[in-house]
Amino acid sequence: MRVMRRTIAALAAGAILAAAGPATAQNKVLRFVQNGNLTILDPIWTTAYVTRNHGYLIYDTLFASDESNAVKPQMVDKHEVSPDKTVWTFTLRDGLEWHDGKPVTSEDCIASIQRWGKRDAMGLKLMDFVKELKAVDAKTFQIVLKEPYGLVLDSLGKPSSNVPFMMPKAVAETDPFKQIDSQIGSGPFIYQKNESKPGEKHVYLKNPKYKPRSEAPSGLAGGKVAKVDRVEIIEMPDTQQQVNALIAGEIDLLEQPPHDLIPVLKAEKGVQLVDWNPLGHQFVIRFNHVVKPFDNPKIRMAALLAMRQEDYLKATVGEPAYYKVCSAAFVCGTPNAFEAPNGLLIKPDFENAKALLKEAGYDGTPIVLMQSTTLPVLTNTAPVTKSLLEQAGFKVDMQSMDWQTLVTRRTKKDPPNAGGWNVFHTFSVAADILNPISDSYMVAQGDKSWFGWPTDPEMEKLRDAYAKETDPAKAKALAGAVQARAIETAQYGWIGQWYGPGAARTNVTGWLKAPVPVMWNIEKK
Amino acid sequence: MLDFIVRRLIAIVPVLTVVAVFVFLMLRLTPGDPAAVIAGDNATSDQIDDIRAKLGLNEPLWTQFAIWISSILQGDFGESYFFKKTVAELIAQRVEPTLALATCTLIFAVSVSVPVGVLAAYRQGSMFDRVVMGFSVLGFSVPGFVIGYCLIYVFAIELGWLPVQGYTRIGVNFWGFLERMVLPSLTLSVGFIALISRITRASVLEVLNEDYIRTARAKGLSNRVVLMRHALRNAAVPILTVIGLGIAILIGGAVITESVFGLPGLGRLTVEAVLSRDFPTIQTVILMFSVVYVVINLLIDISYTLFDPRIRY
Repeated sequence: MRVMRRTIAALAAGAILAAAGPATAQNKVLRFVQNGNLTILDPIWTTAYVTRNHGYLIYDTLFASDESNAVKPQMVDKHEVSPDKTVWTFTLRDGLEWHDGKPVTSEDCIASIQRWGKRDAMGLKLMDFVKELKAVDAKTFQIVLKEPYGLVLDSLGKPSSNVPFMMPKAVAETDPFKQIDSQIGSGPFIYQKNESKPGEKHVYLKNPKYKPRSEAPSGLAGGKVAKVDRVEIIEMPDTQQQVNALIAGEIDLLEQPPHDLIPVLKAEKGVQLVDWNPLGHQFVIRFNHVVKPFDNPKIRMAALLAMRQEDYLKATVGEPAYYKVCSAAFVCGTPNAFEAPNGLLIKPDFENAKALLKEAGYDGTPIVLMQSTTLPVLTNTAPVTKSLLEQAGFKVDMQSMDWQTLVTRRTKKDPPNAGGWNVFHTFSVAADILNPISDSYMVAQGDKSWFGWPTDPEMEKLRDAYAKETDPAKAKALAGAVQARAIETAQYGWIGQWYGPGAARTNVTGWLKAPVPVMWNIEKK
Repeated sequence: MLDFIVRRLIAIVPVLTVVAVFVFLMLRLTPGDPAAVIAGDNATSDQIDDIRAKLGLNEPLWTQFAIWISSILQGDFGESYFFKKTVAELIAQRVEPTLALATCTLIFAVSVSVPVGVLAAYRQGSMFDRVVMGFSVLGFSVPGFVIGYCLIYVFAIELGWLPVQGYTRIGVNFWGFLERMVLPSLTLSVGFIALISRITRASVLEVLNEDYIRTARAKGLSNRVVLMRHALRNAAVPILTVIGLGIAILIGGAVITESVFGLPGLGRLTVEAVLSRDFPTIQTVILMFSVVYVVINLLIDISYTLFDPRIRY
């Protein structure tokens, strides 16, 4: 009876869709729900992941990382580096066009790199080494460096926010602190401004003139073949409703359902879970280095000694299949992964923590721990920290607030009793933290560092050495040294890796494994 | 009458001024910095300061307020920090779903609750009366989102009769519009039905004890005529008052209902704007809601004269 009702409902729905117009009449419309609303359309102006995903639909990149995180050419046909490793020459592929039909030129790419280089952490670092960006001809340009830099390709092939997307020169010349007005890219889909309604949906049509690479798709690299005619990003704020809509077949893809709803999806025959982001995410605990007591490295170390990743992962993710205890700062399963010594972050050592606190003269002033209550995956991290720190002898004042209040308060360098803070949690997409340069938590340049403002000239020397190193084996050793230094000074804590599968209808295939949910290669049968 | 309307319209000015000052100060004095939200998770303090300066958020409060008010007086509601659109454009895009939801809810709620309330009063103490009063208590007590999820589970997931979420514009596909309005309107109506049916019952009960009702019955008028022409008409004023006051419930309910059902209306815009600290959008939407509330209640006051000829302004 239920099957019959569903069949009738499906037929009725089909009839309604058919009446809705030609755009939806074909079975090549992919409806995708992201984790958050897409309000900002400039992927250089914001680091928001939803905007990055939008960027991958309409823009292309010079290089891209494949499934094994190796950087491969994308818009670039060939590239070479001078023997002294200071002049990089790039030649664009034939037939690259913007959505308005104009050819992609070297000047466009130079302007795009320059704008990105003023906002992104890796871009800023690269630009420190750049002497000149020079167009050789319409399809060839050079990056001339002051001295060799080991991360030129890694920077241009950076997979996650901010991604160095190529834009037309006129667009890329926009002040990097202002949003762009145009959505013209050269990627596999074209943004439909007239049909898109922020808060409701964003519409993209297949770019018929896009020339994909001939290689098979792998990660974010290879041929970007659009196999649907139209992609609609549907804005749906309520996670329960996202799941309901997927079950009812009203949407095709769901970026990342919350862990507590995964069992509901597993039980549905018409739905499949897709592990599209095998690298996952990493939780972080961040100390404020400029106010007491975490200005004292011994007290920070006492806090790290109390950490136990499994407690966090059980409290936030729950199901062991979706988390990994991992003491490597640069993410387990990647080239720069090193285990932390003595079971740090895995097995707490409360006795040593207490001894360190005593030695450091901790006076029992409560630590202000900011708890975000509006990002579900983070909500339970703070109570775990409170419990662990209290077992180590800290007094903890956990203050709950929404995420936007937290991101405002974390900018304050005042003492906690004057509106500041001591410690908070966040998380990163693993692809953002795979090396000492892209991992902004490792920056130790005082005011120029990420919130918490650590200062450590030794750390900066190591990061610089890593950036300049062109030998992969030596670079890896330097990454290990950076992690060791971060542990030695207890700069911050990485407190567990977790994974969140996507969900799709069973008639959807080809969702690529990558750090970003990309819409090319996906077929809807 | 004209005097009354003019006086009431003039009275809107101080109301809106108080709302404007309150909203402006509330946003500035509570924690949350749009510049930090815009800058994103990887931004440094310097980058956030740059953005704050560009948005004018470093100016003294009174300067910011003066700029905002003078812009509004010139018809310029500002530009959203995030959407890269003027607030007026945003509101124009989002007003239809909210208007549709409010209209469907009002029509449905009034057409159910008034007859039910009248009947409950007429059959005071009967099983019907008790059931209606029981349901009205339930309608008040159960949060709208719980009702919404229950309706979705039954009618969208289990039976598959109606869509789970979303909105179809009335001009694009009328039937699509209707089928996507059923569950949200029903959800939002429940509390409204509970409120209006209780008030209707109480008002009609009070009127039914009046001498003129006894006289009407003594004249041999049918129950229907007594109830509809004499009782309900005289009980209409408090019912209309409650409907007017209920607009506030409707606005509050729309915020939740639109989020649950994925309707791209003003309620959801408000939530998105609050969460991202989009000051120009929050300020304008709240001012607009205040205007709507005041104007609807003015219309309700005027409508009293239609039901009770003794009322003259």
